[in-house]
Amino acid sequence: MSRVQIMTGNQAAAIGAVLSGVQVVAAYPITPQSQLAEIMSQNVESGKLHAEYVRVESEHSAMTVCISASTVGARVFTATSANGLLYMHEQLHWAAGSRLPIVMCCVNRGVGAPWTIFNDQQDSLAQRDTGWIQIYCRNNQEILDSVIQAYRIAETVYVPVMVCYDGFVLSHTMMPVEVPEADKVRAFLPPYVPHTVLSPENPKNLNPVLFPWKREDTEGVLCDGYMEMRCKLQTALDRSREVIAETSRSFADVFGRDHGGVLWEYRTDDAEIMLVGMGSLASEATMAADLLRSEGIRAGVVGIRAFRPFPKEDIRRALQKAKGILIFEKSISYGFEGGLCSEIKAVMYATGKRAPIYNFIAGLGGRDVKSGELAEAAKSSLAELEAGKPERPTEWVNCG
Amino acid sequence: MKKKDTNVAAMCGPQIGEGGKTGDWRSLRPVISHERCIPFQKKKSACFLCWLYCPEGVVKAGLPIEINLEYCKGCGICAEECPPKAILMVREDKS
Ligand code: SF4
Ligand code: SF4
Repeated sequence: MSRVQIMTGNQAAAIGAVLSGVQVVAAYPITPQSQLAEIMSQNVESGKLHAEYVRVESEHSAMTVCISASTVGARVFTATSANGLLYMHEQLHWAAGSRLPIVMCCVNRGVGAPWTIFNDQQDSLAQRDTGWIQIYCRNNQEILDSVIQAYRIAETVYVPVMVCYDGFVLSHTMMPVEVPEADKVRAFLPPYVPHTVLSPENPKNLNPVLFPWKREDTEGVLCDGYMEMRCKLQTALDRSREVIAETSRSFADVFGRDHGGVLWEYRTDDAEIMLVGMGSLASEATMAADLLRSEGIRAGVVGIRAFRPFPKEDIRRALQKAKGILIFEKSISYGFEGGLCSEIKAVMYATGKRAPIYNFIAGLGGRDVKSGELAEAAKSSLAELEAGKPERPTEWVNCG
Repeated sequence: MKKKDTNVAAMCGPQIGEGGKTGDWRSLRPVISHERCIPFQKKKSACFLCWLYCPEGVVKAGLPIEINLEYCKGCGICAEECPPKAILMVREDKS
């Protein structure tokens, strides 16, 4: 029997969570929550998943329940979107600071005000500095597989992982997805071993007040201060680059699908023009690259799969030969430019010589993005590049 | 060489002093007049409201009662609760 089924991105994420054997799910139906939380509750209700489903009164509480459950040794899952994610913000820092391997799906949507329920990536990009790993998926198969991978990554480095996928474009679109066998997933994903279990036999005061200085405890251990703890989190994120890559490789060995580690490339071997993006926008860019190539322009695509940890070495390697770099993104850092663009500029700065970088903001609040528009944007940048003109300021595609 | 902190996240065990000596941020210090204290006067275990209310658990309910100033944070709750006003809060710099 074929293991391929037709399903939405939300269904794919839910199957990933069920196969990962999550034990606690906490979610709140904030506007705009996704169908994912609903599917998870059906799975628990029907007995398909042996887990505790906690209905909370807010997204802030949803993350708090995840933190508590993870602290006592459960594998936990939650899902959110847009303003719900923003409401969780404080607890996101808490989860990462407590080094809990929580996995959360973020169905990417625009942030209010004004209200929108449609897709862009402003919500998760705004969580950049919470200490979470962020993985962006480009199709429904990758969503399912990434949820499983996310648990292995999170539980190896003790850092929570956000699996991000575009609202509607992926969350509500049906695609064929191969469902992995449960026993293979169990072998790929060993049981969660917490770094510390809070239990009556081993009482602990977790996350006490830390001081600017180190202090000695009653057993003569020189306990880290606040700054050392921050540094440990940064070290873990730095280490996670290799863990993400390794997880991706071993996933490919078992299941035959490699979605790329921290980034993926498309037709970049001889490419002069590089289109860069995340999630479904990068997927759209592959079609733009095909269009450009049909017109004799050697274009390739670099898809950023992990936005945190930022794949600095891989980006340098992938973009070093480019004559022009075009960054397409579905979010904006108000008062400056697209956040991804700034980061890529920062990474390329260290190479000494870098190609001109063009920044395009596209598809905010669900505005349609067509591969033809991306190709047109690439061509106009290329014309300016060849005319030796300086880089243009950030452009808004198909706006106004 | 001191032992290194190998904890992944910040934590401490439930021992006295695990959070460091917390008494040194106190600006007011509780001073007991034992002659006014009920258990001291009656020579039997009684009252001990200061022991009950102290949020830091640093009051020892004995005859006489004792306050561990290494960890007393100087909140003044004991002085507030003491029925005969046997505890007076004195400024640290006026001692
Ligand atoms: S001042 Fe506060 S901390 Fe100190 S003994 Fe009294 S109640 Fe306890
Ligand atoms: S509350 Fe006052 S009277 Fe009662 S035991 Fe404490 S110091 Fe003595």
